[in-house]
Amino acid sequence: MALKAILPWTLFGLTQGKVTTRWRGEGAEPGQAAFLGMPRFDPGRCQDHCRECADACLPGAITLVPGEGPERPTVDYGRCVVCQMCVEACPTGAFTLASDWAFGSGTRDDLVWTRAAASPRGVTLKREIRRVFGRSLHIRHVDAGSCNGCESELQALNNPYYNLHRLGAFFTASPRFADLLLVTGPVTYAMRGPLLEAFEAMPEPRFVMAAGTCAVSGGTNGGGCTCGSGLDGVLPVDMYLPGCPPNPPAIIHALLMLLQRVPQRVRGGQLVPLEPPTGEPRV
Amino acid sequence: MSGSPVVVSEDLAPAELVTRCRAALGEGARMQFMYAWFPEGPTAPELRYVLHPGSGCPPHIWRCRPGDDPPPSLATTAPLLSWYERETTDLCGVVFRDQPLPQPLVLLPGASADRPPLVPGPMPHLSYTPAPEDLPQLAGTTREDVQLLPFGPIRADVLESAQFAFLYAGEMILHYHPQLFFKHRGMEQRFAGLSPRLGVFLAERVSGIGSVAHALAYCHAVEAAADCEVPRRATWLRVLLAELERIYNHLHYLGHLCHTTTLKVGEAQGKYLEESAKQINSRVSGSRLLRGLVTPGGLRREPQLAGLAADLAQLESEFRRYTDRLAATTSHLDRLMTTGVLGRQLAFDQGATGPVARACGLDRDPRRDQSYGAYAELPLSIAIDERCDAYARQQVRIAEVFNSIDVIRVVLAGLPCGWLSTECRPPPRSEGLGWAETPRGTAYYAAHLDADGRLARVKIKSPSFSNWRVFPYTVHDSNMMDYAINEASFGLTVAGCAR
Ligand code: SF4
Ligand code: SF4
Repeated sequence: MALKAILPWTLFGLTQGKVTTRWRGEGAEPGQAAFLGMPRFDPGRCQDHCRECADACLPGAITLVPGEGPERPTVDYGRCVVCQMCVEACPTGAFTLASDWAFGSGTRDDLVWTRAAASPRGVTLKREIRRVFGRSLHIRHVDAGSCNGCESELQALNNPYYNLHRLGAFFTASPRFADLLLVTGPVTYAMRGPLLEAFEAMPEPRFVMAAGTCAVSGGTNGGGCTCGSGLDGVLPVDMYLPGCPPNPPAIIHALLMLLQRVPQRVRGGQLVPLEPPTGEPRV
Repeated sequence: MSGSPVVVSEDLAPAELVTRCRAALGEGARMQFMYAWFPEGPTAPELRYVLHPGSGCPPHIWRCRPGDDPPPSLATTAPLLSWYERETTDLCGVVFRDQPLPQPLVLLPGASADRPPLVPGPMPHLSYTPAPEDLPQLAGTTREDVQLLPFGPIRADVLESAQFAFLYAGEMILHYHPQLFFKHRGMEQRFAGLSPRLGVFLAERVSGIGSVAHALAYCHAVEAAADCEVPRRATWLRVLLAELERIYNHLHYLGHLCHTTTLKVGEAQGKYLEESAKQINSRVSGSRLLRGLVTPGGLRREPQLAGLAADLAQLESEFRRYTDRLAATTSHLDRLMTTGVLGRQLAFDQGATGPVARACGLDRDPRRDQSYGAYAELPLSIAIDERCDAYARQQVRIAEVFNSIDVIRVVLAGLPCGWLSTECRPPPRSEGLGWAETPRGTAYYAAHLDADGRLARVKIKSPSFSNWRVFPYTVHDSNMMDYAINEASFGLTVAGCAR
């Protein structure tokens, strides 16, 4: 009886074929068509004494900073929730829609827009997991007060389309077997303790990733008397990945960065061009 | 708000509350929720009770100023109000006379604020020293084989944080106590002082996999306050987005349900279909969770509809194959049937909503009964199942996916021309009530504007707050082995409950 019930599912699975894609962490990945990522910023188009974008940005990612002339906007993508209101508000096209999602960064500073960053230069993470763990990675996820959007995309990593296992990364139940603590949410007063306990239970060396804008900076939801503003000041962060939520390829890209299998793409709040591919990717 | 019924309000004295509530329930009304706000300063709260007098009627609002004496609790008359009263005590400082369970709800044991967080004024300071949960003593038991299994708040796999305590003997769960507020973010506070236009981005992030419906309920509230009529094209496109949201959520639900019945291929296929649906969302809106389009007054951009009809046809045929297979898999169905039975009266009294309520034969859906937007013009069919168990909850969702696809098809075929949005500026001191059917049940938003036309108070009634209240009744006296299946069959979110 059991076999009779299960056999059709096996055939069903086989006829679905192979849907898994390869991930290079670059360009327009399959399945991500029309996905809107971080808006691009071109301050050269700004007009004097304008603050339309800053007023339209709920999480305060855009601030006006004094410079040589009138104040100019600057963008902290670590606070950006990709609402695209700045694009809508800007009268001169200084903000434009873009599909830029590979925003994983080893440093918080690289998420802030800076003029000097246009030219690519090598980025080395503070520490690379790969040197320590070889090519596999065990991840303990902790929800520290998310809206469940980030979990929705983390759960997607195990669907047949992304198939995280194939990259040697696994979600694990016990922090004692985890290399990476992957945290979502702005850190509520009540989750702060359990979060720190999970970190303490992890063996050295241990790594921390702030996944989603809430965990990077608090985003729209942090603050108030019940919420923190993300992981800074709570845990030492090795990888910041803003996005609300980050799409699965962005999460995969950030994990591969930790394993030193792909380079960091974001410098000074902009994606730097990839060096021309040399042979097949190792993924 | 186009096509939606007019809300009726009435002032009640505290002394009238209990008798009026009894009378309304006797006439077939359903209490929906209650909340407090402070129209005249921090010392004068006003209570609001929202009820539906009957199917097809617009909601009624009762306003009540408690004055110096504590207002009476309605928790014994309308049990579902109990959680709202306790939350109002935690966050607004209003204490209810004869509340049967006066413990804090939203604030964890050991947490206390120096002033109630939702009372206007300076930001309160919250202190927290974790304290044990107040678990019931199992009456009269001297049995030593009763064990306590605490679980969470960090759970296995990629799951939302929540803590569950099981008191069990052998395989039998005698009592189940969920602590759902580790994730309480104070979302209602976060709205205060915002412009109505920016508030929608918070509403999208209350329950992140219900972004469209939460944004709609919020916008309906703001649009009611502004008395603005959303252009017809926008109302049709809003339906399209809301039904796409239902589709990807229900597909996720089925994949996860298969996970709990250990049907591996069924799990993988459900999650694959969910991924296909999210990729469709991304092509239509630029966001896999359909965020960023709904705005007070209409939509911000035209969704990209090219190719959608073909994508949906493909999804539908794959979904049909999938559900045919599920229907033929007795090992899966056997685990669902008679699991997690929720009686109809209990579902009504405790406030079950959405597919959970419709799976116990409660024929209610505000898309039809308190119709909003374009639903009255579209071929909605409300799925009802009388079986009250996990199987019924699965079947209702399967039927809803097919109906959502049908509705979207009609939207695509008959989409009216015209504007995408209209100006929506709620005047100072205005207020509005809005609602929308999320994939998990009905969400309500109440919005109150201040003297500058900014948000003074936003109340969120989310479906998971309702269904989490109901869920434990199906767990007491059930089997440990069925717990995961039962929980999955409810399809709850913690974020929506904790807010
Ligand atoms: S897209 Fe990012 S930077 Fe622009 S308004 Fe939204 S949150 Fe701010
Ligand atoms: S970053 Fe965005 S999607 Fe992730 S938890 Fe925060 S609000 Fe939700």
